[in-house]
Amino acid sequence: MEYKDYYKIMGISKDASQKEIKSAYRKLARKYHPDVSKEKDAEERFKEVGEAYEVLKDPEKRTAYDQLGANWKAGQQGFQPPPDWDAGFEFHGDTFTGGSAGAEGFSDFFESLFGHAGGGFQYRSDQGSGAGNQYQMRGEDSHAKVFVDLEDTYQGTSRSLTLRSTVMGPDGRPQLKPRTLNVKIPKGVKAGQNIRLKGQGSPGIGGGPAGDLYLEIEFNPHSMYKVDGADVSLDVPITPWEAALGGKIKVPTPSGSIDLKIPASISSGKKMRLKGRGIPAKQAGDFYVILMIVLPDALNDKEKKLYQELQQANNHFNPRSKLGV
Amino acid sequence: MSNQMIKSEIGVIVDENDHISLVKLCRSCSLPAEQILQMVERGVIDPIDPSASYSHWQFSSTSLLRVKTALRLQRDLDVNLAGAVLALELLDEIKQLRQQVVYLQR
Repeated sequence: MEYKDYYKIMGISKDASQKEIKSAYRKLARKYHPDVSKEKDAEERFKEVGEAYEVLKDPEKRTAYDQLGANWKAGQQGFQPPPDWDAGFEFHGDTFTGGSAGAEGFSDFFESLFGHAGGGFQYRSDQGSGAGNQYQMRGEDSHAKVFVDLEDTYQGTSRSLTLRSTVMGPDGRPQLKPRTLNVKIPKGVKAGQNIRLKGQGSPGIGGGPAGDLYLEIEFNPHSMYKVDGADVSLDVPITPWEAALGGKIKVPTPSGSIDLKIPASISSGKKMRLKGRGIPAKQAGDFYVILMIVLPDALNDKEKKLYQELQQANNHFNPRSKLGV
Repeated sequence: MSNQMIKSEIGVIVDENDHISLVKLCRSCSLPAEQILQMVERGVIDPIDPSASYSHWQFSSTSLLRVKTALRLQRDLDVNLAGAVLALELLDEIKQLRQQVVYLQR
């Protein structure tokens, strides 16, 4: 087992006052709260800080921890608490903070010292294991983020996820275990939307129902398409003569390419809407084609001559009239 | 020999166009109705038809996630409901702005 330096985790010195500990915790909790933070490892850090605070905020636990930890360094392996490490200390039955960290389970290191915390209730072996059965409580919901491709949402997809979650051990105590889950992600899901998996969250307490697992969907950035809610848009280059004469062009969409009829005499930047060809959500989005006129890198003599003829054929068209020139 | 099959779990989209009743919302969040009413008063969530009587209130099913986030913020950050509402509103705005940045950067 790895020794955890709770002072280092909280960024405070060993002689920090209880007031300093509280203020450090509040700052870090705000910084790493999974609902607020954009840090990649926010959830893990938040749990770690919660665990450190759980010990350091309680003068009894802190004194016991200090005595135990004098010879250990953070991350050092092979840690085992001496069998009588807590002799002479009395822990009063204050409940755990009951924050997300507590409900998800503390580290093995913590549990070897202070027992289990489950959903805000204290499971300490010397309090009798029956205590847990008197409560019936629904398990906590779990949250995770899942990245999918835009194309996936047009037909639905499957994802294999490995989550570290709390499960009930054979002794009826919650423990952290990695768990692989094969998830079918339904079609029509939009970025930022959540997918609910019933009963896949943390187990309930005392026979209560399990919580749900929520997966927040994010799209991997796409090289072609832009997504806005359920609407998808694409810049489509066209030739000057296609813009002038109109006609049919091939346009890719995430569900396959289509033939798009463009009207004659259309300007660059004009938007064409393909109704219902966006993300097939409950209210299906639209697909927008934004036309961009593109010229060849160089004109050959014949092309040049034809453009000069065009210039002569229409010398009254001023596209800059609105600019006052 | 391990012949354990990995079962496929089917996800359900929490869609803003789906509705959830007040009773169901209370049950899913393990909250008494009074607390949900407080959240409505503070603007955490809005009933679809506020003119209906409480018992007939329906909410968008994404309200469930919002209520739960408000609860987590209150519990973990030691803020009151007003503080949690402020955080939620600012988070909404940040999310919107981030989306706009991604959209414009492309």
